[in-house]
Amino acid sequence: MFSFLTSTVGKKYLMGLSGLIWTGFVFAHMAGNMLMFVSPDAYNIYGHNLVTGKLIYFVEGLLILALITHVVLAINLTLENRKARPSRYAMLGSKEKGSRWASRTMAIHGTIILIFIISHLITFKFGTYYETTVDGVVMRDLFRLMIEIFTQPVYLVWYFISLILLGFHLSHGVGSVFQSFGLLHPAYQPMIKTVSWVYAIVVVLGFLSQPIAVFLFHNNGGQA
Amino acid sequence: MADKLINVKLKVWRQKGPKDQGSFKEYDAKNVSTSESFLEMLDQVNENLITKGEDPIVFDHDCREGICGSCGFMINGDAHGPQKSTTVCQLHMRAFKDGDVLVLEPWRASAFPIVKDLMVDRSALDRVISSGGYISTNAGGARDANSILIPKQDADEAMASATCIGCGACVASCKNASAALFTSAKISHMALLPQGQVERERRALLMVEQMDEEGFGACSSTGACSASCPKDISLTNIARMNREFLKASINKKPESSDSGGM
Ligand code: FES
Repeated sequence: MFSFLTSTVGKKYLMGLSGLIWTGFVFAHMAGNMLMFVSPDAYNIYGHNLVTGKLIYFVEGLLILALITHVVLAINLTLENRKARPSRYAMLGSKEKGSRWASRTMAIHGTIILIFIISHLITFKFGTYYETTVDGVVMRDLFRLMIEIFTQPVYLVWYFISLILLGFHLSHGVGSVFQSFGLLHPAYQPMIKTVSWVYAIVVVLGFLSQPIAVFLFHNNGGQA
Repeated sequence: MADKLINVKLKVWRQKGPKDQGSFKEYDAKNVSTSESFLEMLDQVNENLITKGEDPIVFDHDCREGICGSCGFMINGDAHGPQKSTTVCQLHMRAFKDGDVLVLEPWRASAFPIVKDLMVDRSALDRVISSGGYISTNAGGARDANSILIPKQDADEAMASATCIGCGACVASCKNASAALFTSAKISHMALLPQGQVERERRALLMVEQMDEEGFGACSSTGACSASCPKDISLTNIARMNREFLKASINKKPESSDSGGM
């Protein structure tokens, strides 16, 4: 099994698997956040239940493990790939158009997304701790923090750029994981392409709808 | 076919040997007939160079009919030039316009050291083949060709994979210089046919291992390989290789030193 994991093919299986774990998480995260459209309390109760549940330790552990695997392998593969092809051509060919931009630049947006994840954790998970009381239960007022942050234009620009890059990253990731796993077949190749794009667009639009809503409706005073 | 004469400017990568630095040099190809093949145009340029006492441009070629896989270099960043599904020996000058500037470069990959000018050493691909690209067969008189039944679809798919001529365009156009398309075409070709079953799992393990050992990169699924393949080898071959490799890794039996017998 060791030789499987050190082979280029095996590493791609691991890249795909760890990526898929985050693919699932990102979707759930986006869907959960949609509760902000229901009410601030619903949003806060959801957050409270998440962090007080037992499952959180398992999920967090899994996500950290997957992220480390994904990043370490990405660095390793990128270095090996550069070694395999040290010099570029003088000209970029027209046949390169047969390959998608997102697929050729995974390492670049991957790095930006990693920086985003870390900064995102610092801003939210480890950010200012406001408190609120819902139905007699004292809990963190994440809604207030979110409004505060999403009304800062600089943060919004960074958020938009990161999210759009995440969309490209996911579209190639979801599209090519089937290839890496050996599941690509002409019969469902077009469907995989569609699914990967629809998934990426839904996730990105879902996430972006939240700051847009905040910007439109909470821009003055930060009160819900 | 009306013959037209055109003039093109060539910027050719000249490199005296594997250790040489190498650089681009410019040449004029004058009065080139559009019915000429690209290699015939280079032959003309070379004859002029020889007449002038200069070193001719070295490039690989053999059959010149698109079936042997000897030829191949980059024209303006495209493996085998701009035309789809075409080897450079089958590319004609009618694909270009008068006054075009054409940049010719050798395949670039660590696994393909440059021999001279546009010629690279592709023996890494041969070593991938010899690591597992063979089948067991009965010795003795040849059996009737149709004695083994093969479903039409499998035969077609195997044939499509078998059309790979091993030119190396996939490696050359991949940003990672990955040989995944080549190796997977060879693995697929034999995995799809009954004759290939005896070594099926060992083959997947050995060929992938050899491919990695030769210093080819990993597959990023960009699809640049298939887009530049003169034989249109499909990406589904790579998926099949990954599947075969996973299955073989799971089923792997320890190699025994016992040399057979009862
Ligand atoms: S020379 Fe044989 S394929 Fe081009």
